[in-house]
Amino acid sequence: MSVATHETSMGLDHRKLAMWIFLASEFLFFGAFVSAYLLYLDTTNRGPGVEIFDIPFTSVSSFVLLMSSLTMVLAHNSHVRGDMRGMRLWILATAGQGMVFLGGQVYEFTVFFREGLDLTQSPFASSFFFLTGFHGAHVFIGVLILLGLYSLSLTGKVKVGQDVKTEMVGLYWHFVDIIWVIIFTVVYLIPELRVGG
Amino acid sequence: MAMTTTPTTGAPTPRFRPSSREGILSWIGTTDHKRIGIMYFWTVLVFFAFGGTQSGLIRAQLAQAEQSLITAEIYNQMFTMHGITMVFLVVMPFAAAFFNYLLPLMIGARDVAFPRLNAFSYWFYLFGGVFLYSSFLLGGAPNGSWVGYAPLSANAVSNMAFYAVGLQILGVSSLASAINFITTILNMRAPGMTFMRMPIMVWMTLVTSFLLLFAVPIIAVALFMLQFDAVFGAQFFQPASGGDPLLYQHLFWLFGHPEVYIMILPAMGVVSEVMPVFSRKPLFGYAAMAFAGAAIGFIGFGVWAHHMFTSAIGPVPRAAFSVATMFIAVPTGIKIFNWVFTMWGGKIRFTTAMLFSVGFVSMFTIGGLSGVMHAVVPHNAQQHDTYFVVAHFHYVLFGGALFGFISGVYYWFPKVTGKLMDEKLGKLHFWTWLLGFNLTFGPMHLSGLLGQPRRTAVLPEELGGTVELYNLLSSLGFVVLFGSALVFLYNLIRSLRRGEVSGDDPWDARTLEWMTATPPKPHNFDEIPTITARDEFWHRKYAEDEQHVPVPVPAGASVDTDEHAGHGEHIHMPDASVWPFIHTMGVLPLGYGLVYANWWLIGAGVVWMVAGFFGWIIEPLAEGDDDEPATALAAH
Amino acid sequence: MADTTQAGAPAEAEGGADGHHPTQQEYIRIAVVLAILTALEVSTYYFEFGRAALPLLIVLMAIKFVMVAGFFMHLRFDTKLFGRFLYTGLAWAVVLYTLTLLVFVVDANQ
Repeated sequence: MSVATHETSMGLDHRKLAMWIFLASEFLFFGAFVSAYLLYLDTTNRGPGVEIFDIPFTSVSSFVLLMSSLTMVLAHNSHVRGDMRGMRLWILATAGQGMVFLGGQVYEFTVFFREGLDLTQSPFASSFFFLTGFHGAHVFIGVLILLGLYSLSLTGKVKVGQDVKTEMVGLYWHFVDIIWVIIFTVVYLIPELRVGG
Repeated sequence: MAMTTTPTTGAPTPRFRPSSREGILSWIGTTDHKRIGIMYFWTVLVFFAFGGTQSGLIRAQLAQAEQSLITAEIYNQMFTMHGITMVFLVVMPFAAAFFNYLLPLMIGARDVAFPRLNAFSYWFYLFGGVFLYSSFLLGGAPNGSWVGYAPLSANAVSNMAFYAVGLQILGVSSLASAINFITTILNMRAPGMTFMRMPIMVWMTLVTSFLLLFAVPIIAVALFMLQFDAVFGAQFFQPASGGDPLLYQHLFWLFGHPEVYIMILPAMGVVSEVMPVFSRKPLFGYAAMAFAGAAIGFIGFGVWAHHMFTSAIGPVPRAAFSVATMFIAVPTGIKIFNWVFTMWGGKIRFTTAMLFSVGFVSMFTIGGLSGVMHAVVPHNAQQHDTYFVVAHFHYVLFGGALFGFISGVYYWFPKVTGKLMDEKLGKLHFWTWLLGFNLTFGPMHLSGLLGQPRRTAVLPEELGGTVELYNLLSSLGFVVLFGSALVFLYNLIRSLRRGEVSGDDPWDARTLEWMTATPPKPHNFDEIPTITARDEFWHRKYAEDEQHVPVPVPAGASVDTDEHAGHGEHIHMPDASVWPFIHTMGVLPLGYGLVYANWWLIGAGVVWMVAGFFGWIIEPLAEGDDDEPATALAAH
Repeated sequence: MADTTQAGAPAEAEGGADGHHPTQQEYIRIAVVLAILTALEVSTYYFEFGRAALPLLIVLMAIKFVMVAGFFMHLRFDTKLFGRFLYTGLAWAVVLYTLTLLVFVVDANQ
């Protein structure tokens, strides 16, 4: 630990350190969902399986979420430069893309319901809805936090020079994004290979 | 809640902020790690009484064969709630009580990194416990055992929805504390307090926190799945649709085995503090102790399937997990030998605290040895679900964790209150406790090997007179323990009221927490000490002569009291805040909503918690925001 | 797996260390690369890659992951400790759950 023990501490911001510690634990959380999903990939109880996925549609919403990471980092970049108007604009753009993603998920779930895939259909269905649903919940919380950050920057609670706050929100948001990078590949694309082949 | 709030200096005091240090509101709004630790302690005692009562009913029912004092239904609730209570509401928060109180004092900080989050953890714990116990009034407590194996636990008959949601709440509490403590330890050590100078208690706090950090999310997933199976018709563990109950067992024990070390490592930390002080010697093999603790934590993650040797897993995994399990005996053995060598050649003072620590080492060793027996697969198959297992884990959790914690209570009681606990009563407590404990759980080894099954409401007569005798002895042991617990309680209250005044350093202690006033002031240290050695306080008091015999330094023992107070240095302390309390209260409607699938309650709970969270965030701070120039509490 | 990329590459990024984060243009360029990688991923759905598809998808996923973590989450410019937390959590999850699933599989072959 070369960085360590700078007299009093590690010279790190408490909040950033805590956020990284929290994010480390989140892997164990999502990992359990992914394992259940992989375990039950073929346990469809005579209901729909992975062939039900609409890859083009999910690709678009995945792309939106990925790009929301760009706007998020631009918000932080603006905040660092003291450009609060720009920061607010990019925050709103990020929240908006998050909502688009969530809307896409609601649409996707609705379609699946109509096609006979619901939570109670099979272990496969339960684990699919659980994994993507809990990720969606994370996005939803992220949107709430973004809107909170937006309004707090309006009231002056989040000031110029307090860009660690935006960075914290960003860390969470990017994390939710990289989890989706994994989910998109492991849940959608890789099982779909078997359907194709 | 209209308490008189007198505005403090600086920024206007927000509404609801308790400014006094008296009255109930000051406790509800406290962010002082010491007060939170004290609250943990008393709450633990209450739940310990509940859990003890349940075990009393169990022992009464099993005192003789074929008894029917209580119905099987009640019996099932009793052993389930006994397990849940003792694991999640007693041992874990007991550790949290010590961590909270001691951690900042031991590393020379003024508080933890996130004082309000710390309060949040406590309230989540309290409400989680209240929530679990409210099930008694709402159609019966969970009765599917503390492991909650699916698919039984997913069936409404087991009432396990309360278990799933209640444990989830307690998990949030643990996770928040874990993050808080890790950040505190990494970031808030006093100048010179390197990792290798931290007290072993702090090391064990760090390891325990990492275990929680990585284990709690796993049980969270298992509990979510269980609850959705039970309440919303999901199919995770339903064999009828192809679900695999083994998945639950895996997820549970992926958490459950680290959990075992989450419960024992803190007690090991306590003992590692007590033993050197009363042996008048530094801890033997400090580095080995620290790394053995970390190794136990690390290996402890890779052995979970040894709880499932009799489940449907193949011979190769069984063999692998068996070997891995035996490996844990190595770091554990290192620790036990180091404690023994710490006492070896020391000037031992057998105070009550020391007696309990010695009791810990001996009883825990017995429990550890029966643990190694479980690691042997054929042996395990023989013992699985018998009272032998019950004997084993009570020797490690009662004889281990609880002995360690009680040792800590006797040791740090003067630190917290400024008064000594009565040593005569303490010794009475120890010897009756040791006797009662061995009388209760010793015979269970034998009755288990003779085939008495766990979790069975009636002791079958066919097991024979010997097993009946053992059970009678166990039940008598409970009576002894009960009496002993009363002695402890009496001693605690009596010493609080009119205990002998302890002075600042009653034990001639070694570590930092004794270097400040007793009881400590809200800000812990008037001046943050600079650390130059392991056992800093000792080295300020004693030098060594040529034979390495400690010699008192003339003007050494500088307990940090009022004389050099102030120095005009500005001390930034966390504000009191009732928002963590308000925020966490929302978990009650949310929890009931999840149990009863009531969307209105769920919605109300979520809105309440979000609103409470925003109240928390926008609450003005008396000394400005964290980002404003005067940053970090720790920065001198 | 990702850790090696992390350790190997940051040479040019570290040149502008001390909180010297990328500029807006650089962020946009990174996002363009991410978009291209995503397009490549999706193409496995439309075209036949045979046995190469699975490793390709995993590699692409890892690259995207490391890029977002490294640039957008500033791992490349921050203390190494943060990266250690992230990748330890990831590695820990991968190891534990792989073992768990292996126990199921090994059993199935009985």
